[in-house]
Amino acid sequence: MSQATIAPSWTGSGRGGPLYELGLVLRLMARNPAGLAGFIAVVLIVLLSVVGPLFIPLDMTMNPAKIYQPPSWTYPLGTDYQGRDVWSQIVHGGQSVLLIAFLAALMSTLIAVTFGALGAFAGGWVDGVITFVTDVFLTIPTLPLLVVLSAFIKLNSLPLLSVIIGALAWPVLLRSVRSQVLSLKERDYVEAARALDLGTRHIIGAEILPQMLSYIVISFVLAMRTAIYAQTALIFLGLVPLSGNNWAVMIQLAWVRGAVFFRDSLFYILSPVLAIAVVQLALVTMTRSLEEVFNPRLRTGG
Amino acid sequence: MSVESVALPRPAVGPSSVGRLARLVGGSFVLRSLLKAIATILIVTTLTFFLVRLLPGSPVEVYIQTLMGQYSMTYDQARDQASALYTIDLDSPLYVQYLGYLAHLAQGNLGTSLLSQGTPVSDIILRFLPWTLFCIGTALLVSFSLGIGLGMILAYRRESTLDHVFTALASVTSSIPEYLIGLLLVVFLGIQWSLIPIAAMRGSMSPGMQPHLGLDFLIDALFHAALPITTYVLGTIGVWTLTMKSSTIAALEEDYVTVARARGLRDSRIRNAYVGRNAILPLVTQLAITAGYVVGGAVVIERLFVYQGIGYVLSSSIDQRDYTVMQGVFLTITLAVIFANLLADMLYGRLDPRIRLAGGGG
Repeated sequence: MSQATIAPSWTGSGRGGPLYELGLVLRLMARNPAGLAGFIAVVLIVLLSVVGPLFIPLDMTMNPAKIYQPPSWTYPLGTDYQGRDVWSQIVHGGQSVLLIAFLAALMSTLIAVTFGALGAFAGGWVDGVITFVTDVFLTIPTLPLLVVLSAFIKLNSLPLLSVIIGALAWPVLLRSVRSQVLSLKERDYVEAARALDLGTRHIIGAEILPQMLSYIVISFVLAMRTAIYAQTALIFLGLVPLSGNNWAVMIQLAWVRGAVFFRDSLFYILSPVLAIAVVQLALVTMTRSLEEVFNPRLRTGG
Repeated sequence: MSVESVALPRPAVGPSSVGRLARLVGGSFVLRSLLKAIATILIVTTLTFFLVRLLPGSPVEVYIQTLMGQYSMTYDQARDQASALYTIDLDSPLYVQYLGYLAHLAQGNLGTSLLSQGTPVSDIILRFLPWTLFCIGTALLVSFSLGIGLGMILAYRRESTLDHVFTALASVTSSIPEYLIGLLLVVFLGIQWSLIPIAAMRGSMSPGMQPHLGLDFLIDALFHAALPITTYVLGTIGVWTLTMKSSTIAALEEDYVTVARARGLRDSRIRNAYVGRNAILPLVTQLAITAGYVVGGAVVIERLFVYQGIGYVLSSSIDQRDYTVMQGVFLTITLAVIFANLLADMLYGRLDPRIRLAGGGG
């Protein structure tokens, strides 16, 4: 995308204070308008999914007289195949989607960062083993494996589903973490820390990881996207007996009940599909603004 | 990372010979790839063996119980039938069972379907695999060539309106799961606007049609594959376009392109022989890897359009608890990916001589 050449007007006076920091971050994000839009969208979706359910009640009683109603003041997004409000289902359905994505991304990022850094730092046979295992896991096709696993493990709890998705999503990230650490390791300030005998824990924790923070955060965001992709696919295939409200479950129900094939059901179908599509898009575009924020050269360069 | 090169003198027997072997294997790019492929095959086959055989309430145990309950067989009879279907000798010790299972696999014997008794799993795979290869394979080629072309055009017209529109479109479509794009196609083209006969397009061919060499069959096959192909292309073309665009931009900035321009070569020649060829290079190995995922990468698309390919068989075998079919299909899918990766590794080494020289540069 176009790199907007906004003059860094923030250099100079008035530094310090959390409000200033926040303003700085937002201004850096605004260097990439699409990225800022993505970030705002993610914040809004998270707010809607976390705070929304406190204010908007969920009424799941069937109402056969009001099937597939068009949007109105009472039903902002129309009604579903049993005459229930779609809007409140959307508000309540985001929480589990985001929670699974968050937990899975946390799991895969933790594995990748720990073992990627360990391999790069330890070198020798430890690195050899880690690289080898990573290469092997990288080759196994994830979605078919998830599909097969779902036949043996009942994935009906959120944490379990997240753990399994996360446990299969780390190899790509581990590879890049490892090569990043390998290159950071050779930098002068790491050499200096080593010469001062500051210890491996200090070198990894205080010299290398902070440099990689941007990378890890961006990878975390992208890992959330992968997790949403995987959970939606599994739920759509009918392999996850998840009860409760979830956008992917809404899509699956609409598909299985044949609601897709009614013309009146347009808003009912589109709502969860667009909800997931918008989250995915927002997460991806958000990473562009994160790059602007984390890039230290952009920050100090005045 | 050449710590090993400062090897300490060690006794000539035992660990040192192992170490030398490891260094030999680690040094050769092709050998290492091969070893990786073999290890992956072993891990995947072991995983499926233990899932099917050892998990509490494993499919084998459940199957024996069902046979005893439904057909009032004795335990031994049921056990015999189960071991025949799974090609596992249930009477021998576990490691013998495992080795026997591996030996059968090596001969291409994947067992027999639990549901349609007497049908070898390999027959089922051979029946459904061609459809996936045709449908998703075509889709991949279409997506790749269109993406390459589009990416190059965008790189040449950088910062134009065309570039902005298509780069934005490519970022959007590549961020959204491809099966949701397929669902939107069904909803809008099929239902809301009634542009296409969605019900008639289901399946991989029309009822009554027999696969044969002929124009009518080809047209019918394309008619049924049209929606899965469109979905796959829309979902993946963005990545190819964006990768090709940045790869072309990088190639355009190379010195040899400037030199070629200075020499007064024709633009078309520079575009094809200098920029295009070098820009495509990194994408070729990516194409090889992606080709491996053709076999199993479209489970959801095939399910969405009821396209009876290998991915459809995988998900329906799980619905029907047909574990031998599931196991065979999963192994086929994984093998395809493993071989594609091996191919990509070798292609990479061949296309880029620097890799061969660098050896184990990880």
